[in-house]
Amino acid sequence: MDASASAPLFRMEGVSKRYGGVNALTEADLTVEAGRIHGVLGENGAGKSTLMKIMSGVVQPDEGRMVLDGREVVFANPAAANSAGIVCIFQELSLVPDLSVAENICISNPPRRFGLIDSRAQRRIAEEALARAGGEDIHPLAPVKDLPLSRRQLVEIAKALVRNPRILILDEATSALTAADVRRVFAVLKRLRAEGLALLYISHRMAEIAELADECTVFRNGRNVGTFKAGAKTDTEIVEMMIGREYSHAFPPKPAPRAAGETPALEVRSLSWNNRLKDISLSVRAGEIVGLGGLDGQGQRELLLALFGVLRGTSGEILLDGRKASLASPNDAKRGKVGMALIPEDRKTEGLMLPMSVRDNLSMASLARFSRGGIVDRAAESQAIDEMIALLAIKTDGTAVPVGTLSGGNQQKIVIAKWLMTKPKVILLNDPTRGIDVGTKAEIYQLLRKLADAGAAILFYSTDYDELVGCCDRVLVLYDGAVGRVLAGAEITERALVGSALNIGGGQAEAGTPALAGAGQ
Amino acid sequence: MTNLTASIPVLRRFDPAVLTAFGCIVLLLLIGSIINENFLSPDYLLQQLQVGSFLALIATGMMIVVLLGQIDLSVPWIITVGGMMSTAAAGWGPLGATFAIPVGVLCGLAFGLLNGIGVAYLRVPSMIFTLGINAVAQGFMIVRTGGFAPQDMATESMNALATGRLIFGIPNPVWVWIIVGAVTVFLLRRTVFGRAVYAIGNREVAAYLSGIRTQRVVLAAFAISGALSAFAGALLAGYSTKAYQGMGDPYLLPAIAAVVLGGTSILGGRGTYLGTVAGVILITLLQSILSVVQIEEAFRQLIYGAVIIGMLLLYGRQNRAV
Amino acid sequence: MTDRALSTGGTGDWRYWLGEQRGTLLALAVFVVMFVIYTGNHQAGFSADVITTAANKGVLLALVAMAQTFVVLTAGIDLSIGMIFVLCNCVASYIVVGTAFEATLGVIGVLLTGLACGAINGLIVIYGRLQPIVTTIATGAAFFGLALLIRPFPGGEVQEDLADFLTGQLPGGIPASAVALLVVVLVIWIPFRRSMLGRVVYAVGSSEPAAYMSGLDIRRAKFAAYTLAGLLAAIGGLFLTFVTYTGEASSANANTYTLNSIAAVVLGGVSLFGGRGSAIGAIFGALVFRTIGDLLFVFDFDPLWQPLFLGIVLLVSVCLGSFRLIRLRNRLDLFG
Repeated sequence: MDASASAPLFRMEGVSKRYGGVNALTEADLTVEAGRIHGVLGENGAGKSTLMKIMSGVVQPDEGRMVLDGREVVFANPAAANSAGIVCIFQELSLVPDLSVAENICISNPPRRFGLIDSRAQRRIAEEALARAGGEDIHPLAPVKDLPLSRRQLVEIAKALVRNPRILILDEATSALTAADVRRVFAVLKRLRAEGLALLYISHRMAEIAELADECTVFRNGRNVGTFKAGAKTDTEIVEMMIGREYSHAFPPKPAPRAAGETPALEVRSLSWNNRLKDISLSVRAGEIVGLGGLDGQGQRELLLALFGVLRGTSGEILLDGRKASLASPNDAKRGKVGMALIPEDRKTEGLMLPMSVRDNLSMASLARFSRGGIVDRAAESQAIDEMIALLAIKTDGTAVPVGTLSGGNQQKIVIAKWLMTKPKVILLNDPTRGIDVGTKAEIYQLLRKLADAGAAILFYSTDYDELVGCCDRVLVLYDGAVGRVLAGAEITERALVGSALNIGGGQAEAGTPALAGAGQ
Repeated sequence: MTNLTASIPVLRRFDPAVLTAFGCIVLLLLIGSIINENFLSPDYLLQQLQVGSFLALIATGMMIVVLLGQIDLSVPWIITVGGMMSTAAAGWGPLGATFAIPVGVLCGLAFGLLNGIGVAYLRVPSMIFTLGINAVAQGFMIVRTGGFAPQDMATESMNALATGRLIFGIPNPVWVWIIVGAVTVFLLRRTVFGRAVYAIGNREVAAYLSGIRTQRVVLAAFAISGALSAFAGALLAGYSTKAYQGMGDPYLLPAIAAVVLGGTSILGGRGTYLGTVAGVILITLLQSILSVVQIEEAFRQLIYGAVIIGMLLLYGRQNRAV
Repeated sequence: MTDRALSTGGTGDWRYWLGEQRGTLLALAVFVVMFVIYTGNHQAGFSADVITTAANKGVLLALVAMAQTFVVLTAGIDLSIGMIFVLCNCVASYIVVGTAFEATLGVIGVLLTGLACGAINGLIVIYGRLQPIVTTIATGAAFFGLALLIRPFPGGEVQEDLADFLTGQLPGGIPASAVALLVVVLVIWIPFRRSMLGRVVYAVGSSEPAAYMSGLDIRRAKFAAYTLAGLLAAIGGLFLTFVTYTGEASSANANTYTLNSIAAVVLGGVSLFGGRGSAIGAIFGALVFRTIGDLLFVFDFDPLWQPLFLGIVLLVSVCLGSFRLIRLRNRLDLFG
C-alpha cells in the first residue's frame, strides 16, 4: 500500500512560530507520507501542539512553508485545512454536548433531502463512521454529554473520518482512554493506514509510539531534533533526545536535607476525590520545596485545588502544622492560622483581573490585613505594595496601570506577590513559569528558595522537568491520580522524572530496553 | 473623543464615556435653553435635580449590581413595594408612621436578599431570577391592596423628605442623593466590599481564588439594590402623597440607561459613580426636554431606546478590548 | 457492559427519543392532567365552547413562548418579545381590514413588522456585540414607543370574517386556533428543527466554542433565531387582534407576555442555558401556565392571589435547574 511516488504527501519546511517573546516552534521541518503513521514525541511544551495547530490551520506560522502534493499551501482557518484533506482531532473536544452522536458526526455537512436534514441517512453515515472508528457499540442517537470521555474520543475520530481526510492528526488521542479502548483505537489507526491515510500521532507515551509508528520525530524546545525509523533507537536514546543536555536555568543551591522529626507544615493523608485523586498521602515541612511531577493532567491540578478548599466531596485528611483542617473555600485556606496560598494555573483567568490596576490586584488577597471594619487603610496598603514591588523587582509604570499592560513575566510576579502579601506558611504553585521568559524564571526559582529558607512549606507543580530537578528537595510523580513514585535528593534526575512520568520506570529506560518492547499502561 | 482626551492631559484621567455623558449634558442644557428661556434658571435646574434624585437612588443600586456583571430587573415592583409598604405603615398608628420609611426599605431589602440568594447561591441567571422576584413582588402588592390603588397616604415626614427644602433651599431629595452618593463612593473606593465588587465583576473565578467570599458580596449587592429601590419608592410615595400600582414601571429602563450611559460596563467590573451621576442627570434632562416640547410618551420611549442602543454601540465594544 | 447498554436495537432508539423529549412530554402530561381537572370542574363541563375559549387564550401565550424558545435555544433571551407582540397587535388593528385580499396583504405586513423587529434585535446582538438582555430591553422600549405612536388609545378594528374563523370552531367543535397553532408548528418549527440552521442554533446554544471549532456559522444562526422570534411574536400579535378585535398599546400586557413566555419556556423543558428543549415543549409549558390560572378560577381561588401564585410558580420553575449544583464536585465549575 506504500505510495510509490517519490514526493511525500506533505512537507513542512523551516516553520517558526512565536507567542509573545517565546519561541514555540523554531525552523521545524517535517515530512508526512501516505500510508504511514508518523509518531511525534516531545516533553510538555516542546512544540508538538503548535506544530499540529499550524498544520490544521488553527494558527498561522510566522515563517516557513507547507507543501501538500507538491503544491505550496496556506491555511487561513481550520475549514481551509479540512477541505485540503488535513483533519485534526483536538485534545480539547470539539463536540457539542447536547446534540446526539450522529448529529455531531455529521455536524459540518449533514445529508439533506429537500433542504431538510435526512436523519436516516445521517444515522447511516454515523454508523459507518463509528464502525470505521471502532465505536460500533456507541448508539448514534445517544447525546454526547452522556458518553464517558473515552467514547467521546471515538466519536471525535468518527467525526474526523466523515470529512474524508488524507492526513489525520491525533493529539494525545489516547490520554482519556482505557487500555481496552486504546487497543481498539490502535486497530482502527492501523486499518486507516492500510487504507492509505497519513497519520500524525502526537503522544507523550513512548510505548504507544513504539507500537504504532513507522517513523518518529522528536521535538525539543520547539525544534525537530531528529527523525528516525521506529525501532531504530532505544527508549533510553529517545529519552536523551527528548530532554537534551542543556541546563539553561540558574537554580539556587539546595540546602542539606532536613531532619525527619519535625511536624510537617502540610500533611495529607489518603486524599481521594471523584476518581481523579486516588489515596494521595504527602507531607511538606517548613523550609522544604516539594515538587509534583508527571504528565500533564494526572491529577496535579486537582490535588492543589483540593488542598485549597475548592473541591467538594474529598475524602481523607489535611493537616496543617499537625492540626486537622477543614477547608471549604479558598477563604478558609487563606485565613487559617497556617495561611495557605495558591498560585493558580492560568494567571490571565484565575490569577488576575487584567483590566484592574497593579495596586488593586496586589492587595486583592490580603485586604483583611490592611483594613479595619471593612475600610481599607490606603497608606498601609500602599506601603506594603511598594515593598512587594521592590522585593520582587516588578517592572511597572506605577501602581495605577492595568495589570494587563505588563509583560507576562511581570504579571506572573504580581500573582506571586499578591499571595506573598498574605504571608502564607504553605504555598501551592501550579506551573508558575509556563510561558514566561528565562530571566524571570530564574528570579522565581531564587525567590522560592528564599521563601523556603524563611520557613515556608512549598508544594510546586511544574510541567518543566528541568525545574523540578533544579528546585525541589523531593518530587512526587503523579500517575493517573495517584502518587506513582517519590524521588528525593540525588534521585531527582530528568531521566528518572520522565521515566516515572511515562510509568515505564527509570530503571527500564536506563537498562536500554529496545523501544518496541515498551511497557503498556 | 479619544483624540480630545489625548490632547488635553487633565481629561485623560477620566473615562471617555463619562466625559461624553457630561458633554451630552451640556448639549442638552443648550438645547433646553433654546426651547425655553426658563430652562437654565437655578430653580428649574434644582427641580430637575429633585426629580432626578429618585432615579439616582435606583440607579445607584443598579450600578452596584451591574458592576458585578449582573442585572436587577426587579426594580419596578420593589419600588412599588417600598412606596406601598411605607404608606401602609403610616396607617398603623403613630409608631408605624414614625417608621414608615424604614418599613418600606426593609421590605425592599428582603426582596433584594431573595434576589441575592437566587443569584449567588442557586446560581440562577440574575436577569431571570430578578424578573421572577418582580412578578412575586407584584403578586404580593396585588394581594395587599386588593388590586386597587391603596387608600393609605404618605406621612408628613415622607412628604417633607420628598418635597421640602430644608437646607440652603436645596430640595431634600437632592440631599438624600448626596448622602447616598457619598456613602456609595466611599463603599466602592475605600472598602473591602467595593474592591470585591470590582474584582467579581472582572473575573469571578480569580476573585474566588483570591479568597474573596464572592457569594456574600453578591448577596449584599442585591440587598443594597433592593433597599435603595424601595427607599426611592417611599420617597416617590411622599412626593405624590400616595403609592400606586405601576409607580415603578417607568424607572427600570432609565435606571439601566443611566448606569450604562455613565460608562459602567454592562459586563461588569468597570465604572465610576461619577459616571452614574452623569447618566442620571443626562436621562433626567432628556426627559425634561421631551416634556417641555410636549413630546408624546410614545416618542419618549422611542428616543430612550434609540439613545441607549446608540451609546451602547459606541462604548459596548470598547469594554472587551481591554 | 457497554454493549448491552448501547445496542443499536429498536428499544434503544426510543429510549433516546424519550430522553430528548422528556421535558416536552412532562409538560404535556402535566397539561393533560390539569386540563382534565379543569374541564371536569367547570360548570359547563367538557364542552366545545369551553375548549375553544381555553384554546384561544392558550394559543396566544403558546405563540409568544415559541418565539422566546428560538432565542433561548441560542442561550440568549428576548425581553422585547412582549413589545413586538403588542406592536404587531397595534399594526394589525390598522392594516388587517377590508376585503380578503387587503386583509391578506395586511397579515403579510404584520408578519414583516415582526420579522423586522426581530432582525433589529439580532443585528444589534451580533454586530453590536451587546448583551441580549440590554439590547432587548432598549429595543423593547422603542418598539413599545412605536406601538403607542400608532395607537395612543385602544381602538381599531380587524377583518371580522378572518377573526371569527380563526377564533371559532371547525366542524366537529375543534377550535380553529389550535389548528392554526398546529399549522405554525408544521410550517415553521418542524422545518427549522430539521434544517441545518436549526442544528446550528442548537449547537451554538449548547457550546459556542465547540460550534466554532466545528466551523459552523454562528452569526447566521443567531440572526435567524432572533428574526424567527420576531415572526412568531408577530403571529401572536395578529392572533391577539383576532381575539380582541382591537389594537391596544398596553405596557402591562407586553410585560406580562414577556414574563410568561419565559415561564412557559422553562416549564416546557427548554434550558435557559441554551441548546436543549423544543418549541413544542414551550407550547405545552404555555398551556400549563395558562391552565394554572384557569384552575385557580374554577376552584374559587381568590383571584387576587393569582398573580402571586403564578409568580411563585415562575420563580420555582427557574430554580429547578439549581439541582445540578448538588452534584457539582469542583467549585470552580460554578463560574463556568
